[in-house]
Amino acid sequence: MSAHGTATSGTSATSASLEARNLVKDFRLRSGVKSRILHAVRDVSFTLEPGRTIALVGESGSGKSTIARMMAKLEAPSSGEILLDGAPSATGGSRLASYRRDVQMVFQDPFGSLNPFHPIRHHLERPLRIHHPRLSSKEIGARVDELLERVRLSPASTFADRRPHELSGGQRQRVAIARALAPGARFIIADEPVSMLDVSIRLGVLNLLAELQRQEQLGVLYITHDLATARHFSDEILVMYRGEIVERGPSERVILDPQHEYTKTLLEAAADPDRLGRLRDEVRNGG
Amino acid sequence: MDDSQPTLDRAPDDSGYAMGDDAPFQAPVSAEAVRESAREASATAAFAVAQAGRGGRFRHILPSRSGKLINGLVIVGLITLFGIFGPMIAQPPRDSDNDALLPPSAEHWLGTTKLGYDVFSQLAWGTRGSLFIGLVAGVVALVLAIVFGVFAGYFGGVADEVLTLFTNIVLVIPGLPVVMVIAAYVQTAEGLGPLARSSLLVALVLGITGWAGSAVVLRAQARSLRTREYVAAARVAGERPARIIFVEILPNLVPLLAAQFIFGVIFAVLGEAGLSYLGLGPTGSITLGTMLNDAQTGQAVGTGAWWWFVPPGLIIAALGAGLSLINFAIDEVVNPKLRLAPENAKRQRQAAKAGKGVADTGAFA
Repeated sequence: MSAHGTATSGTSATSASLEARNLVKDFRLRSGVKSRILHAVRDVSFTLEPGRTIALVGESGSGKSTIARMMAKLEAPSSGEILLDGAPSATGGSRLASYRRDVQMVFQDPFGSLNPFHPIRHHLERPLRIHHPRLSSKEIGARVDELLERVRLSPASTFADRRPHELSGGQRQRVAIARALAPGARFIIADEPVSMLDVSIRLGVLNLLAELQRQEQLGVLYITHDLATARHFSDEILVMYRGEIVERGPSERVILDPQHEYTKTLLEAAADPDRLGRLRDEVRNGG
Repeated sequence: MDDSQPTLDRAPDDSGYAMGDDAPFQAPVSAEAVRESAREASATAAFAVAQAGRGGRFRHILPSRSGKLINGLVIVGLITLFGIFGPMIAQPPRDSDNDALLPPSAEHWLGTTKLGYDVFSQLAWGTRGSLFIGLVAGVVALVLAIVFGVFAGYFGGVADEVLTLFTNIVLVIPGLPVVMVIAAYVQTAEGLGPLARSSLLVALVLGITGWAGSAVVLRAQARSLRTREYVAAARVAGERPARIIFVEILPNLVPLLAAQFIFGVIFAVLGEAGLSYLGLGPTGSITLGTMLNDAQTGQAVGTGAWWWFVPPGLIIAALGAGLSLINFAIDEVVNPKLRLAPENAKRQRQAAKAGKGVADTGAFA
């Protein structure tokens, strides 16, 4: 299944949407005189809509994070474009600023994405000040507290003045989510938001993200390699392999009736206690 | 949904992986959640202790209280105090009413020079002059190192190439000869007015020639910090490059900046002493270097007037040593392995001893 076929189907250009259209990213790898081109992302298209989650699933090196960085405007695509509400997005100036107000990112590593020098307050204040310059300091302080309460870091006053190293991984990732919400974002790119967290607290963070998404009608691009959470938290799954989207469709369909060989391999590789138990029974009964 | 794919099929009785549309995804093992909440609670408690214990906003970047730091601070502090307050209590340094070449006495604590100047007074003013040159040159060198190092490291690309090329050129030019040429030139140049042959000019010359090494160090570190996710996060938040450099990156370079600044001060104090000794220093003001130059031209060694050249030499040596000790302490902050090495060795010795004790009781027998 080619990604190209669905690219033209996203014609509802006028309504609120964040659309990736035929994104391509090539990296030139130099080693001495020789250089070769790595095709990190080949012709990827999808459309994020408010209130919907798209999961981008694939193994390491499949180009998931490159897509995230392009959507967050940290990297320019080699070709293709990103459209916000149907209009091509800018690469600089005030239109880039308004893009950033609408599209925010939650990074993979909560230990690396918060500046160790600055207190939590700084990380939430800056996006507020940048995108809402008219707010007074008092209003900003109130917003910071409100954001912290919304990601369940309460009482907010005890968290705002701490430094990142005084928080656990889960707490830090909640701060990162609050930071993404701070400008009033409508679309969130979540690049493996829980892969660096303890298994025991992953669900808490994901449930929080899902709840905020429902409340705010956010459009979320959930990048992961975990099929189980992709199925539970997303409406649509895109399976990525070597820079290409090899399969896409409603999550239940992709998981229960995979078409592409790679998707089947991924599903089989996922550990599933239920299936293991059944296999053991089969082995016992058969032997 | 057919059952040909039992892998991830719904199992209603399996509460751990129940995937109802609106039901929150429950954690299968609640004990782990309990453990996590306990961990968060203990993190909170630890925070409270840290706040109560040593507080302080900038504690995490301050060097630990090691012997090196204390000794260094005491030495540098005493010399600085001497430089600040010494001139206030001493007689005018160019007061030549005294007898020439008097050895140290109650009246002249460090004796007098060939011209009848009081050495203690000269030393106080000289310390002040040298510290002034060191500080100004250190600041100038640090600013240039930040411009050439941090900007090159952060922006990369063509800007990096150009800035690094210039840094490398400055780096390979032999230092003191260039300083001598520049100093000799600017001091005879017309049109400098009161700046000519002043200690400020010498400080500027030393600062402008002494930043390249620091720039290389800062560039490497800035290149590394640039790839951190918090810098990417700041860009996504919409921060401008200048603000990212000064607010997100520079604070994390503070230990390194401090070390490079101190390095610059040492370089400038020693460089000034060298220049002045060669007669290229500031003639309008007194520094430790000009004292040494006077002592040399006055044949202090030949006449046995040790009190003339030993004190300024000692102050220069002590200042260099004290600043270096502070730098070592900062090094231990930047690279904790240096600090932990002695402690680890001690712990291993103790463990070895304890292990032996346990073995003696027969616990492992």
